[in-house]
Amino acid sequence: MRDQSPRPTRRGVLFGGAVVAAGSLAAACTSNSAKDDPSPAAQAGSLGGDNDKPGKQVTIGFSAPAADHGWIAAIAKNAEGQAKKYKDVTFKPVEPTNDINQQISAVESLIRAKVDVLVILPNDGEQLNQVARKAMDAGIPVVNLDRVFPDKLSYRTWVGGDNYGMGVSAGHYIGKKLKGKGASNPVIVEIQGIATLPLTQDRSKGFADALKSYGYTVTAKQDAKFTVESGNQVASNLLQAHKKIDALWNHDDDQGVGVLAAIKQSGRKEFFMVGGAGSANAMREIKTGGGVLEATVTYPPTMAASAIKLGRLIAQGKGMADLVELQVPQSITLASETVFKDNVDTYMPLGFES
Amino acid sequence: MTGTFHSGGSAPRTEKTAGERGGPPARPTGGRGRPFARGGGAGGREIHHLGLVAALVLLSAVGLVTEPGNFATSGNVVGILALAATIGVITVGQTFVIIGGGIDLSVGSVMALASVWATTVATQSYGPAVMALCAVLVGTGAGVVTGLLISYGRLVPFIATLAMLVAARGLAQRMSDRRTQLVRPENDAIEALSTTKLLGLPLVVYIFAAVAAAGWLLLNRTTFGRRTFAVGGNPEAARLAGIDVRRHTLTLYALSGFCCGVAALIIMARTTTGSSTHGDLYELDAIAAVIIGGTLLTGGRGTIAGSILGVLVFTLITNLFILNGLQTSDQLIAKGAIIVIAVLLQRRGLRSPT
Repeated sequence: MRDQSPRPTRRGVLFGGAVVAAGSLAAACTSNSAKDDPSPAAQAGSLGGDNDKPGKQVTIGFSAPAADHGWIAAIAKNAEGQAKKYKDVTFKPVEPTNDINQQISAVESLIRAKVDVLVILPNDGEQLNQVARKAMDAGIPVVNLDRVFPDKLSYRTWVGGDNYGMGVSAGHYIGKKLKGKGASNPVIVEIQGIATLPLTQDRSKGFADALKSYGYTVTAKQDAKFTVESGNQVASNLLQAHKKIDALWNHDDDQGVGVLAAIKQSGRKEFFMVGGAGSANAMREIKTGGGVLEATVTYPPTMAASAIKLGRLIAQGKGMADLVELQVPQSITLASETVFKDNVDTYMPLGFES
Repeated sequence: MTGTFHSGGSAPRTEKTAGERGGPPARPTGGRGRPFARGGGAGGREIHHLGLVAALVLLSAVGLVTEPGNFATSGNVVGILALAATIGVITVGQTFVIIGGGIDLSVGSVMALASVWATTVATQSYGPAVMALCAVLVGTGAGVVTGLLISYGRLVPFIATLAMLVAARGLAQRMSDRRTQLVRPENDAIEALSTTKLLGLPLVVYIFAAVAAAGWLLLNRTTFGRRTFAVGGNPEAARLAGIDVRRHTLTLYALSGFCCGVAALIIMARTTTGSSTHGDLYELDAIAAVIIGGTLLTGGRGTIAGSILGVLVFTLITNLFILNGLQTSDQLIAKGAIIVIAVLLQRRGLRSPT
């Protein structure tokens, strides 16, 4: 059945993902002007080992929320860009929507179309769990992207960011810096995304836990709605509420545009700010320096490109070149890295336009 | 309402000027039968405004007690006014529409559309003046379209503006490709509306004040204003009094659209972006503010000052909640309660004198 045996050879190990990743970074660093390419990760495709050679023809179904936000827009672009790299992949996206009801019927239509593998970023993992389970029961492997399904029978593999880790990274950056200044009892403010989402709660928990190791606590937190306008409104009020702030963590760089505008308009400069997700906009701001935004923690939308790659491997029955396993693993959590002035040039190519 | 445009035949003819002067026209059969009242009439308006002022005082007292060192500072007051500006400007237009017997559900979407249109790259390369003009023209244009549908297309205002609510948001998303469009740094005259201060107040607050003052003058000191009360109070009588009801209705929606355009300019100044997500649910905030401001949802009666006070009450609540570190969900409950209380008080106020 298999066209190529996924034997873990030395060549496989050598030319696997690490090489691919390093190659993409190198390529990306030297080609900052390649602005039109939607996903830097997509550039890696041609450098791969065995796995990138054409294999069995597969159809990948894809469903994600509506792209009314820079990060989600980047997810869709990354997925499509990656799928186009392969001649053996037919990419079948369904209309993105924020309506859970609609996303369920969209996924159902992909099941009926008998795609070989499904890549799903659910609007809400809990609420799309049943339909994903239905796909798995019908023999279609599901690659669950980012927001996790609660039931492990509902997905073959999960790829996503580390929300708790985002909080930890932000907490460490802020904690370390304030400790270095010898601050006692600093005012630390947090602007969350949508408070009802588990991902937001994970981010906040990681942030609080990391700060605790420095003996600090969050002074105040408020939720915005991931939009520029709500970020602006919440930040304006928070700046009023606290006459002196030491540090501010904003969960999301898209709403961060509004937060930064509010800070600029208030003329306040006594604190520093850490962002979240890693938009190109935020990275440019960090690179320029002089403003309050000093760092951002990554939550890379390239995970969608990875999910497509993995979905293809699953459908073709291959493993991952750098692992000795015969098949793709069950779960892959990306690391949340801190981007600041010293390493911003390395990460810039991963930044997505908001 | 539109049904009464065709002459019923049973209503006796009235002299043209009688209606405009506010004299009692002969009651047409089937009409709502309220004479052209201006404001609340007979002191009801003042009592209602006093109630709102009392609410503001009460909320301020809560602020003074819970956040003594912070609430009554000039910075906080300026912050509240600047936050109120966007919704305040929209509310002025909405007040006219509601007094005129209609409703405009499309305000939030039209604002988003105007902001997106004004920040498209082509417009940005012509500079801030063109952007400002563009925002206002697009807003007015959308208002004219809804107005035409209602006055000449004979659609019920609820339906016509609901259609615009959906369509304008879609158009905004299409134009912006669902991305946040940053106001280019070279167009910083837009942002200057938020950052430049005159006598301690940012320019956006003056825009808000100017729109409110112009609205008050237009409603209370001009023929146009009197006609608005007439059309809203009893369109059939207004028609018999020689008012071109259709043209007047069209103008009211155009006015509301114009206000949305101005509000788009303010949100662009505050967030430095145009986005299809701007103004989400603003229609409900604006209508709620108009209603707690004492304007009758059935038309014919209302004041600009009441609406402005309504906006300030809402903004003050948000401010108080954030100053005290309370979450958004509690704010929503409080807002809901205030709407109910205000309307209950209003009803009692209406019943007792008659």
